[in-house]
Amino acid sequence: MTMAKAKLLNAIQSVNAHGDKAFVPYIMAGDGGLKTLKSKILFLQAAGVTAIELGIPFSDPVADGPTIQKAGERALADGITLRSILQELETFYKEVSVPLVLMTYYNPLINYGLEKFAEVCDKLGIAGLIVPDVPLEESELLKSLLIKTDVALVQLVSLTSSPERMEKIVAAGEGFIYAVTVNGITGVRDRFDDQLEKHLKQLKDISPVPILAGFGISTLEQVRTVGSLADGVIVGSAIVEAFHRTELEKINELIEASKKVLK
Amino acid sequence: MVNYTEGQRVGRYGRFGGQYVPETLMTALIELENAYEDAICDPMFLDEVNYYLKDYVGRETPLYFAERLTKELGGAQIYLKREDLNHTGAHKINNTIGQALLAKRMGKKKIVAETGAGQHGVATATVCALFDLECVVFMGKEDVRRQELNVFRMELLGAKVVSVDQGSSTLKDAVNEALRYWVSNVEDTHYILGSALGPHPFPKIVRDFQRVIGLETRRQILEKVGKLPDAVVACVGGGSNAIGMFHPFVEDEVVTLYGVEAGGSGISTGLHAAAVTGGKEGVLHGSYMYILQDDNGFIQEAHSISAGLDYPGVGPEHSYLHDIGRVKYTSVTDSEALEGLQLLSRKEGIIPALESAHAIYFATELAKEMSREEILVICLSGRGDKDVQTVRDALGVNDNG
Repeated sequence: MTMAKAKLLNAIQSVNAHGDKAFVPYIMAGDGGLKTLKSKILFLQAAGVTAIELGIPFSDPVADGPTIQKAGERALADGITLRSILQELETFYKEVSVPLVLMTYYNPLINYGLEKFAEVCDKLGIAGLIVPDVPLEESELLKSLLIKTDVALVQLVSLTSSPERMEKIVAAGEGFIYAVTVNGITGVRDRFDDQLEKHLKQLKDISPVPILAGFGISTLEQVRTVGSLADGVIVGSAIVEAFHRTELEKINELIEASKKVLK
Repeated sequence: MVNYTEGQRVGRYGRFGGQYVPETLMTALIELENAYEDAICDPMFLDEVNYYLKDYVGRETPLYFAERLTKELGGAQIYLKREDLNHTGAHKINNTIGQALLAKRMGKKKIVAETGAGQHGVATATVCALFDLECVVFMGKEDVRRQELNVFRMELLGAKVVSVDQGSSTLKDAVNEALRYWVSNVEDTHYILGSALGPHPFPKIVRDFQRVIGLETRRQILEKVGKLPDAVVACVGGGSNAIGMFHPFVEDEVVTLYGVEAGGSGISTGLHAAAVTGGKEGVLHGSYMYILQDDNGFIQEAHSISAGLDYPGVGPEHSYLHDIGRVKYTSVTDSEALEGLQLLSRKEGIIPALESAHAIYFATELAKEMSREEILVICLSGRGDKDVQTVRDALGVNDNG
């Protein structure tokens, strides 16, 4: 019998058990056309990523920087919606073994119907859900709807979260804790805050689930430094940009090299 | 403070409101809430706010009996709450004075704000000059083009105006960009939100700082005619002047409250900004409220001749007041608002802002249905100087004429 919410957690923990760090790329679903979704996911799966964060385009993505905003705008211009993405996933989800984590803003879910969304996610084997504009205080409804599913509701912790908040969020954490590594939005950064190391260590000390660091991680050097402080990293804008430019070799190199530096 | 309309949970108005923001902002919101609750219990802080409202803004504003307009319509006695006489020409400064003093009290040195037409941006730049705060204002690229004089005004006042070309390059995108800026600079920056919108505690803070409109009106009308008004009318975009006017009357059941949304080219055309009349529930900019959106939950652009009403949502407390039926929400089209603007200009020598002209048009229709003994108050939220060019274009007046 599998434990509830275990799919995502197990995938990360088994990578960690081999002495590696988790590597989770972010892609914008529908960027480059809905038909490329399957090939991108299977490509990343074959390249050996731990899980895939699948962004759903939205008209008002307040947590995202320029690269992901533009990817979302391209998808929206193609008429991509949550509905069409879920329909597309239905055609090939059985070929997907790598855990998929949906990242979507809240309003498209409200419109789709939260209950129906939870059911469809469960059916498609979605392993996790990240809703960046639903903080802990507003997460009860979603959490209760996902309770009978294997979909982990991933919580975010930021550098600004107080120690008391960190305790509360970590206690509610499912799958992994998404540690936001910068005060800001997604996108490429030159450097990280000096507090980051202390912050990630504190988080690791109190969290029963793995800590994955994300936002602003785009270079090998950043993957190495931040990865060494956490259980894994999430790389967004750099992957999105490489797919957009069809530089698949670059993605492969990044994943491969990332694994090496993470060992 | 009256909490009549607030639900069981802090920051909720029935099922509306809440705090739908990235975790990075939660600590700032909690800090803001604590600082605000602390400040409003401090008589020194309230004295300071009141000092600036009186000596700098010029409050209290008159409640003026519009005699010629009343005679013209032949119905209810019409009173105008003259928020247009405030420094900077609208009610917006009531809120920016309060929030800037709050920011100072919190030790924040920088201010970020969004603006549509530029009225809130100018009111924010003004108080930042007054209180020596660094000021960044985000404004949609389209609006920067349409309102270049207001951009220059803000720059004269020492603010930095950033043109936003993300998304649809309008007010909602300026809010997105202001939120992104705030997330990135949250340690030393306060976000002065301009309307009764956004995550808790903003809708409450903005309402409380705008309540002065309704509190003065209530006292003034009792002094002048010895009874409460039968009807109060205000325009509603995000809803800050309306909530400030309505809130002190919410428990007076004899007073009928009307919120007038921007009907743009007409609700049936889909080109409007009437979120209560033509929208549905959802989450935008941190709050659960009525929003203009499509069947996929993507936010739609609002359309109105009045830039100040050109926002695809209506604040959470208005959403709630609509649901419980305490306030009646209706809409007025662009061309009707232009009629209202011309009528008030000619009958009373007051050119109202296009926003306020929506309230005026609806109120004139309403007044005709009311008896001569009845009292009707209109919130004249701003003056129309800023809109003269827009009005001239809309009326097709020849440049050489």
